[in-house]
Amino acid sequence: MTAPALDIQNLSKKFGGLPATRHVTLRVEVGERRLILGPNGAGKTTLFNQITGDIAPTSGSIRLFGLEITGLPPSRRAHLGIARTYQIITLFQKDTLEHNVMLALLGLSRRRYDMVRPLASMPQMRERAQRALARVALDHVAQRKVSDLSYGEKRRLEIALALAQEPKLLLLDEPMAGLSTEERTTIRNLIAAIPRTTTLVMIEHDMDSALSLVDKVTLLHYGQVLVDGDRETVVADPQTREVYLGL
Amino acid sequence: MTRLVLVLALAALVALPAYAGEFYVNLASQVLIAVIVAMSLNLLVGYGGLTSLGHASFVGFAAYVYAWLATRLGLGNGAAAVSALMATTGLACVFGAVALRATGLAFLMITLAFSQILWGLAYRWVSVTNGDNGLSGITRLAPFGVSLDSAADFYWMALAVSLVAFLSIAAFANSAFGATLRGVRDEPRRMAALGHNIRLIRWITFVYAGFWGAVAGLLYVNYHKYIHPSSLSIANSAEGLLGVIAGGSGTLGGPIAGAALITILKNYSSAYIERWNMLLGFVFLAIVLVVPEGIVPGLRRLLARKGDGK
Repeated sequence: MTAPALDIQNLSKKFGGLPATRHVTLRVEVGERRLILGPNGAGKTTLFNQITGDIAPTSGSIRLFGLEITGLPPSRRAHLGIARTYQIITLFQKDTLEHNVMLALLGLSRRRYDMVRPLASMPQMRERAQRALARVALDHVAQRKVSDLSYGEKRRLEIALALAQEPKLLLLDEPMAGLSTEERTTIRNLIAAIPRTTTLVMIEHDMDSALSLVDKVTLLHYGQVLVDGDRETVVADPQTREVYLGL
Repeated sequence: MTRLVLVLALAALVALPAYAGEFYVNLASQVLIAVIVAMSLNLLVGYGGLTSLGHASFVGFAAYVYAWLATRLGLGNGAAAVSALMATTGLACVFGAVALRATGLAFLMITLAFSQILWGLAYRWVSVTNGDNGLSGITRLAPFGVSLDSAADFYWMALAVSLVAFLSIAAFANSAFGATLRGVRDEPRRMAALGHNIRLIRWITFVYAGFWGAVAGLLYVNYHKYIHPSSLSIANSAEGLLGVIAGGSGTLGGPIAGAALITILKNYSSAYIERWNMLLGFVFLAIVLVVPEGIVPGLRRLLARKGDGK
């Protein structure tokens, strides 16, 4: 039996006296696609931040492919195969798209400590950046500055940065937030095309777009796992209807 | 075109002792030293987003180590210079490791505290530093047996060192590593999530900036042949910082323009106006009002706008 991609045991996080995550236990198998649902303030992003190491949990443990990563800094976790996107777009606004992707590629490359050669004179890296941009159909604007992009294009670049690293575990934090129906379809197709070698965990409110992408669903409420299981089971569960759909 | 301008400017700089008097040659040497200080500090302030108020520590510390080794221990000037560079770089390793536990205002305060400790030591540890009297009796380096005692010879040495410093700092800033440094300045969290060790990136930059600060310190003590605790003062750190900001932080040319402006104002105008500090204040006021991003990027913007208008 192989170790799960993500094995979270009893994870709790308190901000002062306020619990944001309460005894979360979660298993995501290798190659699985998981949707995390929950109303605002349910602790979804806080959970992501603990998986990536941005926030240290108060108690509990996180294992990545069987490896204990609870105390590791974010940069080490990236090297172990975690990549993420942000709910609030976090890009290098003053730089070109190509430069943005190259910073992502550089993060996992030994060349990041090259103190002599500029990025521009690393043709292999530029080629890889170009390919990563092509995956999100932004290769034709590679030399444009991020600040000149539309909101939807920025969302796609967020995903390109993560995909460029060929992660083993990809965390998508509301990849469709604030997008038009048309743009949602683009993102949906993009996510559907991600190979199964990448395990996917996604936070998304838009159930219509997201549900068909995933195998399993976890419902968080007040920092706790309320329902956890197959897509159909969770959707049919009365608690989901009550908490999330407000029925 | 730009290349031609650069070559001509360089030629004018090399030939300076031929057409300028000794006062101006010496002033130019001081400008070059201030430029190295500002360029190295700019790596932290401009490219790293780490505002330090303690950069004079490295300049003054290197100068003191050189002076002390040469005059008190009787070490050869060359050995004293190499030791001073190594000791100061080591000091930057330690300072950086501690100060970079913080960023922003806290980082600024820690660097300030460090430099105040060194300044206090220089004043009070009289048996080593000779306190307020400073260390004198220092002789200039004679690289490869070439004496640097004349104003022109020292100037050429300072010019050569400045060029090496400029090229090294420019290469560092434009390299792949420099790109990660700017990334850490703009989006540290994202950079960490992408696999970049942000503490290490900042620390390497801090040490590199400290090394070039030490180089400037060696030139400083060789130029003055004397060292006083005021070289470690907050006023000196602030002057370096002002040079970076006035010229335009995060650009290669900015610190050169800023440091040159301040040094020239300080040394030249003080001969004519007693209240030169007030003049400096007015100049800064003008910079803040007309080109708030600094002289070099500001002029570039104004020129581009003029070009658009045609």
